[in-house]
Order: sequence, then C-alpha cells, then structure tokens
Amino acid sequence: METVIKVEKLSKSYADGFEALKEIDLEINRGEIFALLGPNGAGKTTLISIICGIVNPTSGLVLANNFDVVKDYRAARSILGLVPQELSTDAFESVWRAVSFSRGLFGKPRNDAHIEKTLRSLSLWDKRDSRIMELSGGMKRRVLIAKALAHEPKILFLDEPTAGVDVELRRDMWQLVRELRQDGVTIILTTHYIEEAEEMADRIGIISKGQLILVEDKNKLMQKLGKKQLKLSLKNKLNQLPEALTDYPLTISADKLDLLYTFDAQSDDNGIANLLKQLSQHDIEIGDLNTSQSSLEEIFVQLLKDSA
Amino acid sequence: MNYHGIKAIYFFEMNRTWRTIMQSIASPVLSTSLYFIVFGTAIGSRMVEIDGISYGAFIIPGLVMMTLLTQSVSNASFGIYFPKFSGTIYELLSAPVSYVEILLGYVGAAATKSVLVGVLILITARFFVEYQIEHPFWMVSFLLLTSVTFCLFGFIIGIWADGFEKLQLIPLMFITPLAFLGGSFYSINMLPPIWQTITLFNPVVYLISGFRWSFYGVSDVNVEISLAMTVLFLVICLFVVRWIFKTGYRLKM
Repeated sequence: METVIKVEKLSKSYADGFEALKEIDLEINRGEIFALLGPNGAGKTTLISIICGIVNPTSGLVLANNFDVVKDYRAARSILGLVPQELSTDAFESVWRAVSFSRGLFGKPRNDAHIEKTLRSLSLWDKRDSRIMELSGGMKRRVLIAKALAHEPKILFLDEPTAGVDVELRRDMWQLVRELRQDGVTIILTTHYIEEAEEMADRIGIISKGQLILVEDKNKLMQKLGKKQLKLSLKNKLNQLPEALTDYPLTISADKLDLLYTFDAQSDDNGIANLLKQLSQHDIEIGDLNTSQSSLEEIFVQLLKDSA
Repeated sequence: MNYHGIKAIYFFEMNRTWRTIMQSIASPVLSTSLYFIVFGTAIGSRMVEIDGISYGAFIIPGLVMMTLLTQSVSNASFGIYFPKFSGTIYELLSAPVSYVEILLGYVGAAATKSVLVGVLILITARFFVEYQIEHPFWMVSFLLLTSVTFCLFGFIIGIWADGFEKLQLIPLMFITPLAFLGGSFYSINMLPPIWQTITLFNPVVYLISGFRWSFYGVSDVNVEISLAMTVLFLVICLFVVRWIFKTGYRLKM
C-alpha cells in the first residue's frame, strides 16, 4: 500500500511547557478513511493543524505525497484540503464567492463547473447567492466542506465534521465521504463520536494526551478487543447458580430473570455448548437468548483506562 | 508564483471595499471635504499666502497625505486582522501561498483603495480651490510609495493587534497626531526654530513636504531626503513582515 502521509517523531510543545504531541509516528495509506479518535484535548486538532501548516511543529517531520510540509509547503499544501472544527466563515460573503475564493487561493484556475458540482453535491446550490451569515450552522459546515473541496484535494482532513450536526446532515456527510473515497480521495477525520469511526473508518488511530496509543484496522481492532455477551432470558426466577456452574463467568440480573455470559469472540471454544448442556441438566429453562458484541465505544474506554 | 492565489486575495479584498463603499471611500471623501470647507474656504480666506500659494491650495497635499496615511493603515490592518478575528485565517495559512503572495494580495488591495481615495480627494478639492501639479510623475510616485509603505505598516499592525482596541490605537494615537504636526496645515518654517528641529524627527514631515513639492515646486525639506526616508521606512516594514512570516509571530501557534 502506498503511503500518502508520513509523520515521523512529531512533537509539539508550547512555551508554557505543555506538550500537545509527543513523538507521533503515523502513516496514512492512499485512498483510505482514517479516523483519529480521542477525547477532547488529546492532540487531534494539533496533529492535523501541523500537517496542514497552521501550527509550527517543535520537532519531527511530516511528508504529504513525499513533500515535506515545511520545506516543500507549496507542493504539499496544494493537494491537502482542510475542514476545520470551528465554523469560521466569511460572514458577509456569498457562498459562491467564498468557495471560488478558496479555489483561487490554492492556485487553481477558475472552474465554475467544478464549483457548481461541489455546491450541488452538498445541497448548497440553492444557497449560492446567500450571504454565509444567513445560513444555519449545518449549512455553514457544508460551506466549509465546499471550500475545502474547491481545489480538488487528494487528501481531505475533516476535523470533527459532525460535531453539533443533526442526524440528517451527519448521514449526508458520511455519504459524501464515501463518494470522495470512491473518487480516490484519502480522508483523515478526527472525532470523539465513536459511532462515526465505527461507521466509516478503514483504520483507527487512538490518541490520548498527545500520544498515539494504537493504530489498527477497524475490523481487527473490534475483533481483537471485542468481547461478546450472551444474554439468556429465563422462564423462572433463579436465585442462585447451581454449584456446577460457578466456574462459568455468569452473572444473574437484578430481577433474577436473566443470565449473562461473557466470552471471547475470538476463542475457538467459547463454551456456549457446554453451558447450555449444563443449564438443561439443572432444569434451568431458557425462554430466549441473544448475543451482543462490545462496541468500539467500550473498547475505546477500556483502552484509555489501560493507558492512564 | 501562485498567481491565482494573489488574484483571489486581491479581488476578495477589493470586493470587501465595494461592499463597504460608504466606510471605505465615501467617508474619507466626506471628511476631507469638511476640512476644505472649514480650513480651506472659511478660515483660509482670512489667511495669508504661504510660499506664494493660497492657503486653500497649500493644504491640499497635506490633506491628501493625511487621509492616505490613516486610510492605508486602517484598511490594511483591518484586512488581515479580520480573518484572524473570525478564524478564517486558517485557510490562508493552509494554502500554498508564500508570504510575498499574501502581501501582494492584501497590501496590493489596500494600497489600491488608498490611491483611489487619494485621487477622489484631489477631484473633490478641485470643487473648492484651484491647484496645479507641477511634477505629475513625482506626485504619482509619492502617492503610490506612501500608500504601499503605510499599507505594509498597517498589515504589520493588523498581525500584531490582538483586539479591536489595539487596531484603533496606532492610527488614532500616532498617525493622526504625526500627520497634524507634520505640516498638513502649515509650513514648518512657520514654527519657532526649536520646534522646527524637533519636527524633523517626524517621518510624516518628509512625506508631506515631498508631496507638496510635486504640486507647487516648494518644500520644507529636500525632496531627495523625503524620498529616501519613505523608501527607508518601506524597507524596514518589508523586513518586519519577512520576520513575521518566518517565525509565525501572532499567526501560527
């Protein structure tokens, strides 16, 4: 796989001694959707800001398409697009003008057809002559995306793209991101909504207190750390586990009508067959059963706990 | 060179000018007209000629210069301060533009506006008093050079300012007093000798004197010195801007 972004030993510390990033190493592959996950203040935005040239690194190296983002900033930046977290817009400008400005700023000749296509894909075409200040928060977010896409970037950074965005716009955004990926755009998004990473990402990086604690393929991550839980709904109340079943990781629910069994989804022998056999031997009748897999959220919380 | 980038910034800024046409152009023209009515026509008719020039005509170069200075500083400082304030500066910093290109866009647009205001004031003045321009080439040169220099200075202030108060501070506390005391309304030869010497430390004296020379062929100080001082200030501003972009002072964290 081809690397489009390479981050090497990247550190950022401020004058007051605060270390926002500590020797980050990261490689992003061409065409993937990479989610950078972490709590507020973990360093997600700082990392993105350094790659895009908004913040100066203290030490370390960042290559975008093999161009050093500091030394060859012109070549590097022209293929990068950034949608910032804050809704920073030119309040008094029209949508059309603001988006056209972005294209020019990134060194691309005027191309009305491309701007039109971008605005249409973001449902902004009807608003093209509106002043940005007249738009709702969700619409402003779309304008920022349109601005970032105006110069046809190869790599798109979305910093908390769905923070404070309603469900409909979030679905639209996810759809757009998938379309962009199909067009060959590499996407790096930061989020603290785990469902977002779970829904969209190919790979996930977890960042906490300026350190990348883990970078992993999403599915592998979920498998590796995923625990499954089997819930058995009982026909009759069960006050105490039979002696023979105490070795199983079983818990009885408060209403004494459910039995919960936690097992490793990756293990070859998950013990369910034996458990069920034992239960019937002890005349515990089962009305219903279902299994659930731990979400990325639970994995995430667990990881942060472990690293703390 | 990212020509599309320069063009984008320039026209974006010019568009802001047209959008805020009243503040940008109409209000300096109006306030200058008031100066002409008060100082030129009302008071000026009772004043004696200075260096053989009627008082109304004498103050024209000074008034143009004064407006040019304040307009250049406030236009250019606001132009770069506002993106910082609204947060849209992120785009400029993440764009493949060099600081020279950013300067050409922002300072170019601000200077265009200043020159426009200057020319409008000259046209307005024509309605009040007769004047001639003896050295049109030098007149235009001084106009351009002053606009560019003080727009650069304004650009620096816009980057330095971290609040609207600071943005107002320099034009209000320095530029206006220096312009008033720099001989906009009088010849420095009219001052007592000690004040004449002190006045020579005011850089605006050289601008106004040089500019007035291009109109009437008379000046308080040597024209070459005027020109040299202006260019010197321009070069200093350029070095400061270069340093700002190199270090990211007040721009990049």
